[in-house]
Amino acid sequence: MKRLIMILLLIASPVVAVQPDEVLDDPALEARAREISTGLRCLVCRNESIDESNAELARDLRILLRERLVAGDTDQEAVEFIVDRYGEYVLLKPTTTGTNLMLWLAGPIMLLIAAGMGWSFLRKRSQHQQAAHTDALTEEEQERLRQILKD
Amino acid sequence: MEHAVPPQYKRAMITELGHFALILAFLVAIVQTVVPLIGAANRWNGWMVFAEPAAITQFILTAFSFGALVWAFMASDFSLRIVVENSHSAKPMLYKISGTWGNHEGSMLLWVLIVTIFGAMAAVFGGGLPPTLKARVLSVQAAIAVAFFAFILFTSNPFDRLPVPPFDGRDLNPLLQDPGLAFHPPFLYLGYVGLSMAFSFAVAALIEGRVDAAWGRWVRPWTLAAWIFLTIGIALGSWWAYYELGWGGFWFWDPVENASFMPWLLAAALLHSAIVVEKREALKSWTILLAIIAFGFSLIGTFIVRSGLLTSVHAFANDPERGVFILFILVIFIGGALTLFAARAQAMEAKGVFGMVSRESALILNNILLAVSCFVVFFGTLWPMVAEMAFDRKLSVGAPFFNAAFTPFMIALGIVLPVGAMLPWKRGRLGRAAWSLRYAFVLAVALAILVWVMQTGRSALGPVGLFLGAWITFGAIVDLWSRTGRKGNLARLFRLPGADWGKAVAHTGLGVTMFAIAGLTAWEVEDIRVAQPGQPFEVGQFTLTLQDVRRVQGPNYFSTMADVIVEKNGRQITTLHPEKRDYPVARMPTTEAAIDYRFLRDLYVVIGDQQADGGWVMRTYIKPLANWIWGGCILMALGGVLSLSDRRFRVAAGARKTPTSGVPAE
Repeated sequence: MKRLIMILLLIASPVVAVQPDEVLDDPALEARAREISTGLRCLVCRNESIDESNAELARDLRILLRERLVAGDTDQEAVEFIVDRYGEYVLLKPTTTGTNLMLWLAGPIMLLIAAGMGWSFLRKRSQHQQAAHTDALTEEEQERLRQILKD
Repeated sequence: MEHAVPPQYKRAMITELGHFALILAFLVAIVQTVVPLIGAANRWNGWMVFAEPAAITQFILTAFSFGALVWAFMASDFSLRIVVENSHSAKPMLYKISGTWGNHEGSMLLWVLIVTIFGAMAAVFGGGLPPTLKARVLSVQAAIAVAFFAFILFTSNPFDRLPVPPFDGRDLNPLLQDPGLAFHPPFLYLGYVGLSMAFSFAVAALIEGRVDAAWGRWVRPWTLAAWIFLTIGIALGSWWAYYELGWGGFWFWDPVENASFMPWLLAAALLHSAIVVEKREALKSWTILLAIIAFGFSLIGTFIVRSGLLTSVHAFANDPERGVFILFILVIFIGGALTLFAARAQAMEAKGVFGMVSRESALILNNILLAVSCFVVFFGTLWPMVAEMAFDRKLSVGAPFFNAAFTPFMIALGIVLPVGAMLPWKRGRLGRAAWSLRYAFVLAVALAILVWVMQTGRSALGPVGLFLGAWITFGAIVDLWSRTGRKGNLARLFRLPGADWGKAVAHTGLGVTMFAIAGLTAWEVEDIRVAQPGQPFEVGQFTLTLQDVRRVQGPNYFSTMADVIVEKNGRQITTLHPEKRDYPVARMPTTEAAIDYRFLRDLYVVIGDQQADGGWVMRTYIKPLANWIWGGCILMALGGVLSLSDRRFRVAAGARKTPTSGVPAE
C-alpha cells in the first residue's frame, strides 16, 4: 500500500502533463511531438506516457523530444535518439524485433489455433448431424433412398 | 465498579470479537469443506445438508467480523494498525467507511465476506439443485473461503494491534477519497467472487461426472450476476479515472485494469457458452474449462495486483510471504481443477447436433474472439516480466500495444455480432440472416459516410466506430422486431421474454460504448494555455473566462478554486469551478477537474499553477460522447439485469423443486 501511495503521489502532483511553455509554435511540429509522446514511457511513473505525466523527468523528455524535432529529426530519428539514451524500456509499444516477435505474434497464432479447433469441432458436429438427422436428407442420401425404393 | 466500563474498552471488545468471529468462520469453513463432500460421496443425507446451515453460519460470522472492522474505522480506533495507516479522525464518514476496503487487509476481508455471501445465497436459494450437486458446490465454495481466511489470518490480519496507539491516523490516500472509488472495489469484488460460484459449479459437476441442460441453467444466473457487477465495477473505476486524474483519460491498459478486464472478457464468453449448454447440451467441456479459467483470472487479478507482482518483479520479492501464499492458492485451486478436468472431461458427451452455420457456431466464434482477445491482454500484461526474467530485456508494454493488438478483435466481434445474433439454432443460412439485416447495414454505412464527410480529413476512427455502434444497435432492433412475428405486432414486443430484451439491450450497450470510445478518441479538442484573469479565450464553440481564483477550506484539505465562466454564442451557459486541493495530513495535492456534463459532449476544465505574470495554467478539453462510454456500460449491465429477471430461470428452478422435494434422498 505504501508503494501504491508513492506511485499515486507521482501521478498526482497538481500540474498535469504538457505545460503551455513547452508547446511549440509550429502546430504541425507540435502535433508530431504529441503523437510521439504518447508512445514514450515516463520512466519514473507507473504505466504513463510522458504526454500524460507530470513528473519532472517526463517534462525533460518532452522538451528534449521537441528540441530534436525542431532540429529537423524525423519521427523515427527522434525516437531512436531517446531510446539510445534511455533503453527500450522507454517504448510503450515494444519493437517487433527478436524475442518481441513472440509478443506480437501470440495473438494471431492463438487466433489461428482457436479457429482451427473451432472449425474441426464444427465439422465433426455437422457430420454428426448428417448422420443423425432424418428430416433433412442430403443429395447422397436421397440418391440412396431412390435406389432403395427402386429395388 | 463493574458497570462503569470506559468506552475505549468496549470498543476494544468489539474489535476482539470481530477477530474471534473471523477465526470461527475459518473453522466453520474447514468443516463445511470436508463434511458435505464425504456426505455426497457416500450419499449420507445428514452430512450433505450440513452444508446449508454451515454456509449461513459462516456468512454471519464473517459479516460480524467485517462489521467490527467497519466500526473500528467509523469510530477511528487507532489501536488498529490499518486504521492508523488508512484513516484520520477528520475524514468524512463515507471515506472512513470506504477506508475499510481501501487497503490490502480490509479488502481481503471484504473479498472473503463476498465469498461467504454467495455461498449463503446458494444455500438459501439453491432449493432446486440435486442434493449431491448442492453439497459439492457448497463444499468447493467453502474451500475457496478456507484459503482466503487462512491468507488473511496468517499473512494479512486486519485486526493487528499497535502496542502504543497514536493520537491520530495518517489519512487515506486523497485520490481514493471519492464517491466513485468508494464503491468501485465492492462491485469489482462482487464480480470476481461471483465467478467463484461458476467455478464451484464447474468443479462440483466434474466430481459429479454429469453436466446437463439444467446445470447450464443454474450456472448462468451466477455468471450473469458476476458479469453485471464486473461491468459496473470497471465502469466506476474508469469514470473515476476520467474525472479524478485530471486529464480525462478513461482507460490506461494498466496491469491493475487488465486484471479486472480479463475476467470480464471471460465472463462474457462464459455467459454465451453456458447458453449453448442450456439450450443445446453442447460445448459442455469447454464451458467447464472456461468457468475454471475465468475464476483463475479472478484469482490472478486480485492476488497478483495485491502482491505487486505485475507492478514490479521486485515488489514481489519484498513481500515473499504473501506472494508464496498466493502462488500456493493459485496452484491448488486452478491446478487441481484442471487436473480434475483432464481426468473427467471425456465423460461430457455432447448431445446437440448443429450445422456449420447456426447460432451455436456463432456463439463458438464469439467465444473464440473473446477468449483470444483475453489471451492477448494476458500475454501483453505478463510480457515485461517474462522478457526480463527469460531474455534479460527490460521493456514496457503499454497502451499503444494493446490498442493495436486488442482492438481488431473487438472490431471483428462488432462486425459479426448482429449476424450471429440473428442465426437460428441448429442450422441456419448466412444469406438469410444477412438479408434480414440489410436496412440496418445500409443505415449504419450511411451514417458513417455522413460523418466521414462532415469531419473532412480526420482519422477514420470516428466513422468506423459510428458504423460499428450503429450496426450493432440497429441489428439488435431488427432482432427484437423479428421476434414479434411477421405482422410486426408491437404489443408482442413487450411480451417478449426478459432474456430477449436483455440480449438486445446489452448488445446495444456494447455498440454505444464502442462508438463512444472511437468518437472520444477521434474528435477530442484540447487547449493548453496561460489564462489571464478576466480575459476571455475561445475553445471550439465556447468562450471561457477565468473570473477569479480563491482559497477555500474543506473538511480535511485546503483548496485553490477557480471560477470559470463558460459562454456559447454570447450566452453564459455555466460557471465551472476547477480546483487544486492540498491534503495536509496525507501531504498530497490533487487536481479536481470541473466538468460540464452534456449529452453530446463534456467540457472539461483543469486549473494548474500560477505563473509569474499572474496568469494561471488552464487546460480545457471538449470531450465528445464521454458520457456515452459509461452510458453503454450501464446499458450492458441493464441488459444483464433484464436477462437475469427472465421468468424462465425461476420457472426452471421452481419446476425442478416440486418433484425433487417429494422424493426422499436415499
